[in-house]
Amino acid sequence: MNPSLLSLGKDLVSLEHVSREQILSILDTAEPFKEISERRIKKVPVLRGKTIVNLFFEASTRTRVSFEFAEKRLSADTVNIAASGSSVVKGETLVDTARNLEAMRIDMVVMRHGSSGAARFLSERIPSSVINAGDGQHEHPTQALLDLLTIRDHLGRIEGLKVCIVGDALHSRVARSNVYALLTLGAEVAICGPPTLMPPGIADLGVTMFTRIEEAIEWADVLNVLRLQLERMHGGYVPSLREYNRIWGVTTERLEAAPKDVLVLHPGPMNRGVEIDSDVADGPHSVILNQVTNGVAIRMAVLYLLAGGQQESAEAAKQGGEV
Amino acid sequence: MSEKLLLKGGRVLDPSQDLDGVRDVLLVDGVVAALGEQVDAPEDARAVDCTGLLVTPGLIDVHVHLREPGGEHKETIASGARAAAAGGFTAVCAMPNTDPVMDDPASVGWVAAEGRKAQAARVYPVGCISVGRAGEGLAPVGEMVEAGAVAITDDGSPVMNSGLMRLALEYAQAFGVPVADHPEDLTLSPSGQMNEGLVATRLGLTGKPNAMEDIHILRDIMLAELTGGHLHLQHISTRFGVESIRQAKARGVHVTAEASPHHLVLTEDAVDGYRTEAKMNPPLRAQADVDAVRAGLADGTLDIIATDHAPHHYDEKEAAFDDAPNGIVGLETAVGIVITRVVNEGLIDLRTMVERMSCQPARAFGLPGGTLAEGSVADVSVLNLDAEWTVDGVAFLSKSRNTPFEGWKLTGAPVRTIVGGKIVWEC
Repeated sequence: MNPSLLSLGKDLVSLEHVSREQILSILDTAEPFKEISERRIKKVPVLRGKTIVNLFFEASTRTRVSFEFAEKRLSADTVNIAASGSSVVKGETLVDTARNLEAMRIDMVVMRHGSSGAARFLSERIPSSVINAGDGQHEHPTQALLDLLTIRDHLGRIEGLKVCIVGDALHSRVARSNVYALLTLGAEVAICGPPTLMPPGIADLGVTMFTRIEEAIEWADVLNVLRLQLERMHGGYVPSLREYNRIWGVTTERLEAAPKDVLVLHPGPMNRGVEIDSDVADGPHSVILNQVTNGVAIRMAVLYLLAGGQQESAEAAKQGGEV
Repeated sequence: MSEKLLLKGGRVLDPSQDLDGVRDVLLVDGVVAALGEQVDAPEDARAVDCTGLLVTPGLIDVHVHLREPGGEHKETIASGARAAAAGGFTAVCAMPNTDPVMDDPASVGWVAAEGRKAQAARVYPVGCISVGRAGEGLAPVGEMVEAGAVAITDDGSPVMNSGLMRLALEYAQAFGVPVADHPEDLTLSPSGQMNEGLVATRLGLTGKPNAMEDIHILRDIMLAELTGGHLHLQHISTRFGVESIRQAKARGVHVTAEASPHHLVLTEDAVDGYRTEAKMNPPLRAQADVDAVRAGLADGTLDIIATDHAPHHYDEKEAAFDDAPNGIVGLETAVGIVITRVVNEGLIDLRTMVERMSCQPARAFGLPGGTLAEGSVADVSVLNLDAEWTVDGVAFLSKSRNTPFEGWKLTGAPVRTIVGGKIVWEC
């Protein structure tokens, strides 16, 4: 394979137009990096001298910490900026924030922002690499990549699997990134949830729609259960959390009724007893904590590849040496 | 000292007189003094050679936002009036969603006076329907009309309250002004950013379904039917909306309606990539809607081409999509877009273009002009149908350059704009 075809280019803002080869390259690059996090000294000099800003306009624990560990384990110099302590609350525009960061000569920005398209906006205006850590309701590419890696770890493949995304796909950036990547890798994709939370037109992409969770579970090899945000209830999309759990909750009873074992993922944070019961989250079907572990490896792989690293050199890189 | 201007040898196209031929037009003291194949002009008349050019009754844009007072960094009455003249328009109707809003005779009169000072296109103020544009109590329509208002609207927002809309349609009949509504049922998507559908879903943007517009259009038509008032529906963008207006007209309802140049030539695909310069309300829609708006323009369901000129400062559009304001500038691209993409593509002929951009705007809003008949107001647009040019927002006389047509190669451009017998702009 020609390395240029595998190259991610400058940024990772979306998976919509990322090729099968590129996705597989990220997943394969993550494999050797998994081991770094299992070492006593969890640090390799791959990104030594690189400056990375983690720019989080929305609250995040898991994603921000995961990126920060990935950066530090690759020896990058990192700075964290949260919206609540920054010039953003003083009224600075996104474009000015970007220009100021650029003026400090940084190499990469990892950004989470409440507006769809914010990562692309930034990437078109600064020469540094931009990694989208979630933009509004648009995409969350590294989350989908870690979901894929986790599925592949447990089922050995992605192609031909039936993956159902359960819940609020309408407002979910995780859902969009998963739909694109899964379809690109040849999985069958379905969405199950209240009709009020189905994204208009999504069926045109070749996505199957279920309104009954029992049918979705019977169909699926994998369930990726989305968090139901409380504000959806206030917005009238669902009448009550109790009803949501009653109708769409992923429960042990429903999984046991299925004809085959179903792998259960959740991007977190979970509302136990709403979209997923504790028995499931903590039970044998769940790979939710594996997702978190894989998240660090996936983000290491993305950082490494965007910094110019090659997949075939990743094994050597983690033994020492820089990009 | 009287002023005399002779427009010599142009192709005069005046649908109001069923005229299309080479004529001379003599303008004296602000009125059309003579129109004929060979007009003998007084010696002190200034003669302007219009050979090879199209001479039409002055173009009128019944839907512009001039932003003053309150948004002078985007546009002023003076810059907007000059941009209008540079776009071939001799008159514009200024929407009242300024800050403060135009909801009383003082503010309406002030805008009219500022418009006269600009000495460019005429500026006709449009007053609010409701006090404070708040959608509750009826504004002083009679006093605003006395101060110069030519219509009422809460544009920028719909009149959500059906009871208020009924009262407005009844009350305005006393003054002979149309009630213009921005048709949008906000309850269906209060935070919508673009047309609902796969493009919005892909971009993660909240959609606005056609039904938002369709429901409101139908409601307004029912209220116009109930009251007998003159309903003017602004910037129609949906196929069902066009069909509803067509049926209402067939029933004899007093309804007029606009198509904007952008809804005639652009689909929601122009938004892809989070292009804020294509963010507007109503949003760009699907191809089937564009086709319907075009058909509605051609068959007269949509009487008027109006730009919805909505200037915004460049850094307001330089933002994440949901933070960027709605609207695009339109005054200085309308003629080129309509000639290139509507007339030259065979959808309508030039005569129909002049009807939609001059005669019918004048008729619907009760404005002087829309004709070059002797004795009428000397507002004239002179266009070069063959001029080829490229849209360059930096060159606009408008203070803003938020156009989705940047870089488009167009054919057809204004060359001379005459208001009250005076040349207010020429290229």
